[in-house]
Amino acid sequence: MKSEIPYIERPNRPLHIYAICFLGFLYIPVLFLPLFSFSDSIYIKFPIEGWTLEWYKQMFANPLLSHSLMNSLKVGSVTAVFSTILGVLGAKAVTRYRMPGKTPVVFIIMLPLVIPGMIIGVAILILLNRVGVPLSLLTVTTGHSLICVPFAIATLIPRFEGFDKSMEEASADLGENAWWTFWRVTMPMVFPGVLASLLLCFTVSFDEFILAFFLAGTEATLPIYMYGQLRFPDRLPSVLALGACILVISFVVIFFSQWMARTEKNLRS
Amino acid sequence: MDGKNREKSSLLITRIPMTKNTNFISIQNISKHFGDVIAVDQVNIDIREGEFFSLLGPSGCGKTTLLRMIAGFESPTNGEIFIDGNPMSEVPPNLRPTNMVFQNYAIFPHLDVRANIAYGLRKDHLSREESNLRVEEALEMVKLPGFGTRRANELSGGQRQRIALARALIKRPKVLLLDEPLGALDKKLREEMQLELRSLQESVGITFIFVTHDQEEALTLSDRVAVMSRGEVLQNASPKELYSKPVNVEVADFIGKMNFLNAQVDKIDGDRISLNAQGFGSIQATATGDFLEQGKDVIVAIRPEKLVLSTTPVTSGKASVAGKLNTSAYLGDRSHYYVSVNGCDHPFAVATHEIESASDELLERGREVWLSWAEESLILLPVA
Ligand SMILES: Nc1ncnc2c1ncn2[C@@H]1O[C@H](COP(=O)(O)OP(=O)(O)O)[C@@H](O)[C@H]1O
Ligand SMILES: [Mg+2]
Repeated sequence: MKSEIPYIERPNRPLHIYAICFLGFLYIPVLFLPLFSFSDSIYIKFPIEGWTLEWYKQMFANPLLSHSLMNSLKVGSVTAVFSTILGVLGAKAVTRYRMPGKTPVVFIIMLPLVIPGMIIGVAILILLNRVGVPLSLLTVTTGHSLICVPFAIATLIPRFEGFDKSMEEASADLGENAWWTFWRVTMPMVFPGVLASLLLCFTVSFDEFILAFFLAGTEATLPIYMYGQLRFPDRLPSVLALGACILVISFVVIFFSQWMARTEKNLRS
Repeated sequence: MDGKNREKSSLLITRIPMTKNTNFISIQNISKHFGDVIAVDQVNIDIREGEFFSLLGPSGCGKTTLLRMIAGFESPTNGEIFIDGNPMSEVPPNLRPTNMVFQNYAIFPHLDVRANIAYGLRKDHLSREESNLRVEEALEMVKLPGFGTRRANELSGGQRQRIALARALIKRPKVLLLDEPLGALDKKLREEMQLELRSLQESVGITFIFVTHDQEEALTLSDRVAVMSRGEVLQNASPKELYSKPVNVEVADFIGKMNFLNAQVDKIDGDRISLNAQGFGSIQATATGDFLEQGKDVIVAIRPEKLVLSTTPVTSGKASVAGKLNTSAYLGDRSHYYVSVNGCDHPFAVATHEIESASDELLERGREVWLSWAEESLILLPVA
């Protein structure tokens, strides 16, 4: 039978089935979270007997929770900004300058991505103890920045590579020095990458547990607080409610960043 | 509008032909090495003020590298470039009196046409009206009035090229550098732009340095052309001189179509040279040069349009040789006939508008024909 559809666009059944299985495997467990957060039993069990918003009320009324949420937001934003600044500088250096030993440098920058968080955490903790720096949100932020910079650079390098260096040369040619060239040409061109990097670093920091656990001292971040709550069975439902909220917010953030990337693309093509 | 303002808002720079500086741009002994690659090798060029100067050569011969050194994007390994008497080696690109039209035009995609063209005006601190006025003038100059609010992605190749030109010219540089600006355009548009570019250059009076690999384009546009090969300048001359007096086989081969013939110098009598040429026997030529020595090999070159094709033996007393008609190529305004001569490796191209004493049907393949030429149209070149 002759098909009107171009070869490359013809439907592929095994691929469809695979995609559905993949999505199911990925999301079904996660979807139980919001489901049980509306159940009026404190135990996780089927069938769900009654529905309630009680856990959400409890969650919002809990001062410890909002405190740790604030902590996480602070750490996340500072980490995102700081890592992204370092990421922009790093990505620019890697893509724009001819420097000796570029490959090993990139390798070393990317290394924290594959070193277990446990090891980084212990290492930083020992170092801080030796030097005598007290643990605080600041130390958490430092640790998070360490693991976020590689994410930032990895997000930004394609962006820098994606635009022709003759753009920056054209700016210099038209009389602008490096500083103005950066703000008038480089920054606007890599801006979607910067935004993506901010969101990514924030997300990584926001749900990072191990480093925060080692470095937070007395100030809990949200994941530490949640972990602490799991010891008390009656707190479980409000943790589920919190998880559901985080899920929704993450979803909105990712959707937003994807949407940004898409409108950007339409604008260019 | 007062005089000062008028001067400020008018893009057209009046020519200063009286005091034309013959070495307005002086490229002195410039080399550029990239590791082991010698991209530019000891180049010396002087360019006059207001001149349309072309760098011509095959891809990879170092044209772009030389242009980028003039713009300041590459620093020379050796040598110095002077613009208007000032050495440029310590001057960064943003402070040089040059502007460039990039090969890919480098139009800023995040800005509209107006912002692109006004990009270089930030430091002039113009009011918005004044800046818009200047931009509109520049747009009119490149024949795109009213395009100010378009975005870069809404422009065709030819339009981008014009925007890049306007963006560079609005800065009123002493020198405009153009790196194969017409390379991406189709043939018809390219020819149109060539004419426009030339008349634009004449009206603004700015010195243009134009890079191209298209010899026809270089010859059409330029006051002078430097032919480059493997990083070196082979010849630097007016288009006419390049065509009629190439200095070596490479230039002769690169500029236009040329027939070559191996020969040996028989006798030298002042500038009258007797030669023993492969397949042609004893011939005469007029030439001078250090490479001419009795008994030495030389190359004889002759343009297709300097050869005359006839179907009967030549009796006029002009030098001639017999051959067999090979293929022909129809080029519209003329034809190239290829004639094989016994003892020569390559058939000779002969350009004809109409054939002497013959009609088309007589010119079938394989028939005997005669080639004749005027003595002074032979060019003698050293063996490469
Ligand atoms: N940045 C560079 N690094 C290494 N080699 C280069 C660089 N730029 C140019 N070259 C080399 O220099 C030579 C001349 O290049 P180019 O000036 O671009 O030639 P053209 O513009 O005449 O085609 C080429 O062999 C090219 O490979
Ligand atoms: Mg080039």
